[in-house]
Amino acid sequence: MHLLVCGGTGCRASASDSIIEKFKTEIAAKGLENDVQVILTGCFGFCEKGPIVKVLPDNTFYTQVKPEDVAEIVAEHVIKGRKVNRLLYIDPTNQEKISDAKHMGFYRKQIRIALRNCGVINPENVDEYIARDGYHAIGKVLKEYTPAQTIDIIKKSGLRGRGGGGFPTGLKWEIASKNAADQKYVVCNADEGDPGAFMDRSVLEGDPHSVLEAMAICGYCIGATQGVIYIRAEYPLAITRLKIAIKQAREYGLLGKDIMGSGFDFDITLRYGAGAFVCGEETSLIHSMEGLRGEPTNKPPFPAESGYLGKPTNVNNVETFASVPVIILKGADWFSSIGTEKSKGTKVFALAGKINNVGLIEVPMGTTLREVIFEIGGGIKNGKKFKAAQTGGPSGGCLTEKHLDTPIDFDNLIAAGSMMGSGGMIVMDEDDCMVSIAKFFLEFTVEESCGKCAPCRIGNKRLYEILERITNGEGTMEELERLRNLSLVIKDTSLCGLGQTSPNPVLSTMDNFYNEYLAHVNDKKCPAGQCKSLMKYVVEPEACVGCTACARNCPVNAISGERKKPHLIDTAICIKCGACIEKCKFNAISIK
Amino acid sequence: MAKIKSLDDLRVMKESFQSKINLREKGENPGSHVQIKVAMATCGIASGAKTVMEFMMEELEKRGIESVVTQTGCMGYCYAEPTIEVKLPGQEPVVFGYVDTKKADEIIEKYIKNGELVEGIIPMNYETIDN
Ligand SMILES: Cc1cc2nc3c(=O)[nH]c(=O)nc-3n(C[C@H](O)[C@H](O)[C@H](O)COP(=O)(O)O)c2cc1C
Ligand code: SF4
Ligand code: SF4
Ligand code: FES
Repeated sequence: MHLLVCGGTGCRASASDSIIEKFKTEIAAKGLENDVQVILTGCFGFCEKGPIVKVLPDNTFYTQVKPEDVAEIVAEHVIKGRKVNRLLYIDPTNQEKISDAKHMGFYRKQIRIALRNCGVINPENVDEYIARDGYHAIGKVLKEYTPAQTIDIIKKSGLRGRGGGGFPTGLKWEIASKNAADQKYVVCNADEGDPGAFMDRSVLEGDPHSVLEAMAICGYCIGATQGVIYIRAEYPLAITRLKIAIKQAREYGLLGKDIMGSGFDFDITLRYGAGAFVCGEETSLIHSMEGLRGEPTNKPPFPAESGYLGKPTNVNNVETFASVPVIILKGADWFSSIGTEKSKGTKVFALAGKINNVGLIEVPMGTTLREVIFEIGGGIKNGKKFKAAQTGGPSGGCLTEKHLDTPIDFDNLIAAGSMMGSGGMIVMDEDDCMVSIAKFFLEFTVEESCGKCAPCRIGNKRLYEILERITNGEGTMEELERLRNLSLVIKDTSLCGLGQTSPNPVLSTMDNFYNEYLAHVNDKKCPAGQCKSLMKYVVEPEACVGCTACARNCPVNAISGERKKPHLIDTAICIKCGACIEKCKFNAISIK
Repeated sequence: MAKIKSLDDLRVMKESFQSKINLREKGENPGSHVQIKVAMATCGIASGAKTVMEFMMEELEKRGIESVVTQTGCMGYCYAEPTIEVKLPGQEPVVFGYVDTKKADEIIEKYIKNGELVEGIIPMNYETIDN
């Protein structure tokens, strides 16, 4: 018998260490060491109900176990084989107690659709993909459906683009299918430029065939025989796996001429991007593919009318494509049964920042931020307080405490002043300065602006400069006003999506954390203690014993004072490196 | 490689791949193996998954354990890389996190040889749709 005790950070915080100890002593006392093993595990993704204890082989799942409960579990369950009823998980839908974790699949907040094969199959072996129904969707479509019927399935499923905008995929395909041309193209956008995002990379590395298969389905629907995957050159492993996948698919005749005897031809090539953020925007992406500068152009014309080489082109994101084959096989109704009214299916997020379980998750649309952060994500690192989560990367905004219970979907995020984006989610805690966060994203935008239009090229630079002055303690109230007005102008007048969304981090932090801006401007203070220029290191004379540790470690000799007498920091010399705080054993140095 | 000429062809192939996998997994036949999957996405490799994979292959062979070690994509537990999944014949797969060669050695000696679990298990916290 095995007793699995959760040793994830969330459960640790609520005493799982002492639970383990108790189990060990209790089991030793009963002389059962050889029969029962106590094992510490990682997070179950269920931290709100922690500490968790799971018993194997019978799969019993105990929640909110306290050290006092251990004796009973051992006496009843381990020895007599009787489950401790009061600790069993209660199904929130019908209040029934669930005794077998196998029957509580629903407790798992995550459903993997786009990631269904990631971590399951060997991505370099097409046979394993086929064993999990790979290429059955394209086979079925070619044999049983007309392009129009296939488009109809995608439309009915409610699938919306996962690349950021959330445009209905079926509709996009339909438009491209109706534009007559001698050649059309299917393009997969694998540029993934958001800082902190790695969803698309993971799909391509873990399940490249599903994207190839979906592109072929799209080609059949819109009448294209050629697909191109635009992928950033910084993704060497994904590129290698794609190349292997394309080769294997060709060898089996799943790409190429007359696929599965249907008369339909489709093949895929790769194009490498140099990693400019703006090249993820579809018109820039197309120009870059054509060998031109990666600069956007006005829409219309949309790519569906005139895209790659002037031909109708359908651009979709990696994750959008990865969802397509399952929709064909399991049906539109199945897919649309998951998610919210207007956002169907699941969304992959890359959790990053101050969160315990940094990683890749896939949740049904409509999952709340609280579930994502405090259950699946295991909560905030080091027991700190949650402050905000940035979705949509540099184009998005922050969600705060008041949004914790908002179901995450395309429309709710926009209503909350953010956006879905491609799925990066950066979590911030009480130590993060929101003005600095806005500055961080603006710095990225200034760097990545292609420079074609003035509002974005010049405006964002000005925004950045204002933010820099504010974080330096040089900001004024007029500048705060200007920050907002300029942001609105940039949004309204920029040519492409990059400029149109780049002020969002500024506006959203101003909306949600205006007091923090005020503190920087009026009080010349950074409440989170992040803005170096606004920090002052001081020695508290009462606490200082004059050990000289700080003075000896100051790299610029800013600290003076005699042995055994309170020391003094010369703020004019201090470079705010923080070395003295670390060295002081008496907590006599603080940041003011 | 033979071309797949129709959907029926493909279905036949799927059946044969799947029954191979099933045999291996159910552990009903004498040639049943221990199956190990190493998460080899960028995150895993960056934390040393390659070394672990090579170690596993060499050591299992040296220690005479019938096994299949394969690579797979990201299991999602990037905070606990490298991660590996071990499936003993006839049993549910178990995922281990933070696997270095020392941990890998422990997993072979304790779990694979004797069925004793070792610390560092990452409970599966998602449902993967099957097709
Ligand atoms: C500045 C900017 C960057 C973008 N970067 C990406 C990206 O990296 N990947 C992506 O799929 N879409 C990106 N998009 C969205 C694409 O323009 C396009 O809408 C998307 O690829 C369409 O696919 P979907 O309908 O499947 O989402 C970006 C848009 C903008 C304005
Ligand atoms: S908004 Fe920015 S990135 Fe877009 S075209 Fe204008 S300058 Fe280039
Ligand atoms: S913060 Fe660094 S520079 Fe300033 S007094 Fe302390 S050790 Fe010296
Ligand atoms: S369930 Fe135990 S830490 Fe998450």
